[in-house]
Amino acid sequence: MESRLAVIFKQFLEHKIAMVGALIILFLAFIAIFAPYIAPHDPIEINLKERLLSPNGEYPLGTDNLGRCVLSRIIYGTRVSLRIGIMVVGITSAVGIALGMMAGYYGRTLGEIIMRIVDIMLAFPGIILALAIAGALGPGLFNVMIALAIIGWTGYARVVRGVVLSIKEREFVESARSLGASDFYIISRHILPSCVAPVIVLATLGMANVILAAAALSFLGLGAQPPTPEWGSMLNGGRAFMRTAPHLTTFPGLAIMVTVLAFNFLGDGLRDALDPRLKEKVIER
Amino acid sequence: MFIVALGVTIMTFSIMHFAPGDPAEMIAIARYGTEDVSQEEIDWIRAQEGLDAPVHIQYLRWLNHVLHGDLGRSLITGESVLTEFLLRFPATLKLAIASMIVSLLIAIPIGIISATKQYSVTDNVSMIGALIGVSMPNFWLGLLLMLLFSLYLGLLPVCGYGDGDIKHMILPAITLGTGMAAIITRLTRSSMLEVLKQDYITTARAKGLREKVIICKHALKNALIPVVTVIGLQFGWALEGAVIVETIFAWPGVGKLLVDSIFARDFAMIQGCVLFIAVIFVLVNLMVDISYAYLDPRIRYEKEGR
Repeated sequence: MESRLAVIFKQFLEHKIAMVGALIILFLAFIAIFAPYIAPHDPIEINLKERLLSPNGEYPLGTDNLGRCVLSRIIYGTRVSLRIGIMVVGITSAVGIALGMMAGYYGRTLGEIIMRIVDIMLAFPGIILALAIAGALGPGLFNVMIALAIIGWTGYARVVRGVVLSIKEREFVESARSLGASDFYIISRHILPSCVAPVIVLATLGMANVILAAAALSFLGLGAQPPTPEWGSMLNGGRAFMRTAPHLTTFPGLAIMVTVLAFNFLGDGLRDALDPRLKEKVIER
Repeated sequence: MFIVALGVTIMTFSIMHFAPGDPAEMIAIARYGTEDVSQEEIDWIRAQEGLDAPVHIQYLRWLNHVLHGDLGRSLITGESVLTEFLLRFPATLKLAIASMIVSLLIAIPIGIISATKQYSVTDNVSMIGALIGVSMPNFWLGLLLMLLFSLYLGLLPVCGYGDGDIKHMILPAITLGTGMAAIITRLTRSSMLEVLKQDYITTARAKGLREKVIICKHALKNALIPVVTVIGLQFGWALEGAVIVETIFAWPGVGKLLVDSIFARDFAMIQGCVLFIAVIFVLVNLMVDISYAYLDPRIRYEKEGR
């Protein structure tokens, strides 16, 4: 086991792109945690005398239409986006693992029901359903999280079920069972560890997708509400001033892209290191 | 298939019930355009819309209407949801097809070049480029393109449909096509790499055929089969992306219709749009499955064997 971990770790280190992704994520986490110490200004303080300023010494990325410091808002926005990502991915992966495990381990009826529900969810293009649910629940970050959680668990459930089905019949599980091991023991000791690798890959790429989707919903006006500094809603707010203040439509988008890219880089590298078989399958959704 | 279809209708029907508060009151507010509605009006709407019945009866009634092609009327304008959707759909279809063309034009050449020169600088750059393409928020790309081509260079109209001419279509199609291109590039590359390992390629090389002929004639045909399947997924992607791209570029398609209905809290319209989009998505995927089996007969045997 030691040596296998070492091999994985070595492969990971050699994967330069994944390392770049990991470093960017660490940097973002640092910014999110120490936002109050890094941000030069209060992100929600309105200062109408200094509205729509271009980037300058005092405001490195300029100010928005209410005179708020764009850099500070982007820095605090890191908190918002990472929090949404972590919460939604945490919930969806937990639910997805549990349901996938049940579908794979406990026989036909329950498994069939769960997989049919997955099929039904997959009949909708994801964002469309999230948009409709978030729209029905009403604007707000929490509602966006609920909507993304409702659509997000299917990927985990499918992958975990696949892993469970392929392992369930293997000799070591059979022998554990014949030795009288309980279901709980078999699941937690033999089956769960095999799911870890694909789930980590899915979760990393899931962070990228969730952050992007949440920003998109906020951009449409459903997610973060003023004055919350959220990247998507900042872009939306900047749209009206595109001609006179193009910095409002460039920098927040750059922040979204760098964050999403970092998680995609890392996820790609992890997939190559942990589970080459998953290759090319995950990115499609 | 049947169960999935039934599930889709249940899911769509439930959307309205995700909303907090009394549906009758929401309809009243939407219809009269004011928060100030009396209890009598709400009760009248409740009775008229059949909202006093238990939920499952409401669902069956709604399903019955849907199966007869009646998706109800917009709560705001009173127009038939079906008519409105069909009126808007061609614009979205046009945009989706244009963006697919854009994405294929970008993706297939780059995918082929990457595969033939695996691990070269070109390959690495295009693979990183593909990841950037996936990570690029399409709403941001749309704004940047608008900024550059419409506001600074003045080459293209900022937004709108015009009369559906190419000029108005270029920016939305590129915006929507870029993300798709990224995925197809990766797929073309990996599938091409797979094919190039096959024996018949070695045979072709041994015959002394030129590399160009081998790639374009022998390898490409087989390498593109998996790409066909992605077209279904891609269509779903286009419908998703259309929601945002149409909103940015004021493109009068179903994506914009859906977003507008959400902000107007026009639930009949939302349900209609979501249901329709899901049906189209499922049908496209079904067609892709069928064409895939047709293109690659091995698939059928594999499925039977399972």
